[in-house]
Amino acid sequence: MNFAGSFMQGDAAGTDSLAPAPRQRRMGVLARAGGAEIAARLAGLPAPPPHRRLRGPETGLVMVRGRAGGDGAAFNLGEMTVTRCSVALEDGRVGHAYVAGRDARQAELAALVDAWAQDAAALPAIEAAVIAPLEAAQAARREAEAARAAATRVNFFTMTQMR
Amino acid sequence: MYVATKGGEQAIGAAHAWLDEIRRGDPAQPAIDVAQIEDQLGLAVDRVMAEGSCHDRGLAALAVKQARGDLIEAAFLLRAYRTTLPRFGASAPLDTARMAIRRRISATYKDLPGGQVLGPTFDYTHRLLDFRLAAGDAVPPPAPTAMPDPAPSPRVTELLAREGLMQREVDAGAEPGDLTRAPLAFPADRPLRLQALARGDEGFLLGLGYSTQRGYGNNHPFVGEIRVGDVAVEFTPPELGFPVEIGEIGVTECQMVNQFTGSRTEPPQFTRGYGLVFGHAERKAMSMALVDRSLRAGELGEDTTAPAQDQEFVLYHCDNVEATGFVEHLKLPHYVDFQSELENVRTMRETALKAAGE
Repeated sequence: MNFAGSFMQGDAAGTDSLAPAPRQRRMGVLARAGGAEIAARLAGLPAPPPHRRLRGPETGLVMVRGRAGGDGAAFNLGEMTVTRCSVALEDGRVGHAYVAGRDARQAELAALVDAWAQDAAALPAIEAAVIAPLEAAQAARREAEAARAAATRVNFFTMTQMR
Repeated sequence: MYVATKGGEQAIGAAHAWLDEIRRGDPAQPAIDVAQIEDQLGLAVDRVMAEGSCHDRGLAALAVKQARGDLIEAAFLLRAYRTTLPRFGASAPLDTARMAIRRRISATYKDLPGGQVLGPTFDYTHRLLDFRLAAGDAVPPPAPTAMPDPAPSPRVTELLAREGLMQREVDAGAEPGDLTRAPLAFPADRPLRLQALARGDEGFLLGLGYSTQRGYGNNHPFVGEIRVGDVAVEFTPPELGFPVEIGEIGVTECQMVNQFTGSRTEPPQFTRGYGLVFGHAERKAMSMALVDRSLRAGELGEDTTAPAQDQEFVLYHCDNVEATGFVEHLKLPHYVDFQSELENVRTMRETALKAAGE
């Protein structure tokens, strides 16, 4: 599970469109973006290639696990809703999406982008118009929240002795 | 014994029509939007997600609306809904050390890496009713911001473990049992117990946790750490074969640190009670951690004398949806049952009266 650290930094060059790390990063970004947000970003590109639904979009559950004590034995914490979709392009490329929640449009668009981004010729434009801006918006939201949290950090000072 | 009876359809129909009307309330008032519940009654939504054992804020908010604010009824609705969905699989265990922290406090160390971050808390409020909230919907000014500290916030338990003073958790890599797939059997191992506690009733666990502090069970807890924030969920789709992040969920984690006097095999050290709950649910996470630790009494060689140390007592009774089912089934027609009881009591009474008269 140590991909996370590396794929957050990403692969702006997009040299290896099928290798797990850049694809994982794209899928992670799409999973955090709403369907309307992805659609708005796609509007800045030429029309995507036609796609065919192979499965879904369908909503189901993923059992979320935790660890005893945070780092011990795994346990089942509870389920979460997840929507998945798989699509195929006419050239045979297949895209998948698993996204938290019940946004069917998000899952289908994420699967479409996943398939389309496997085309090395299309990837740079998709990266620039869709993935990078979504990722930047997500980072900005995270930073805004971290800044609020930082303002509530306690700065202790030691009382000087009163005489 | 229950018998099938007919009749009552019209009465039931009318009762439900009235329920719908009462749920909507005075039509002169605007209806509450599900998005408003999700946003402005967020802690109710979190509780329903935790006890409904299904993370979906929108569904939980809808359940709160449908249940007229009855949170146990809402958890029941959410549990019922989840049974209609297929399960795609299980996530990788959450890595709470990588949480995007909104709140993180420790009662054991004043100065710790990452610091004490209060976050949006009721703590230190005066608990005076604020009539300005009744007067209108003034939007408060934005909360202040500051430069975040880039230093990571390691777990407090890890700081103690590095010194050898905290019992290490053991991960044998076993597939955890799932009480939604196989009924609980006793003794239940810790992963199963944690699953039951995570979906257990906050009030029940709070009472039990409190009982351990008052001397029913021997707990000397400190809050090593509470952290609240968002954590990424990683899942490996079978068709991909590699893990992807499918989103982030909000969770509350509590690490209780408890003194342990040692046993034949273990030196004196600290041990953990652990709480992890969907949403922002500090009271529940703390209660869960207290009860997790008290349920470990047996395996740590401590006396088990108190209710909070009794697995069967705790785990069989902490689920409010199950408890509601059995308590509320008493409302169902027991006409035939009661008829036979009636016969019994009449006979016993006649016999007793006759005996008294002789």
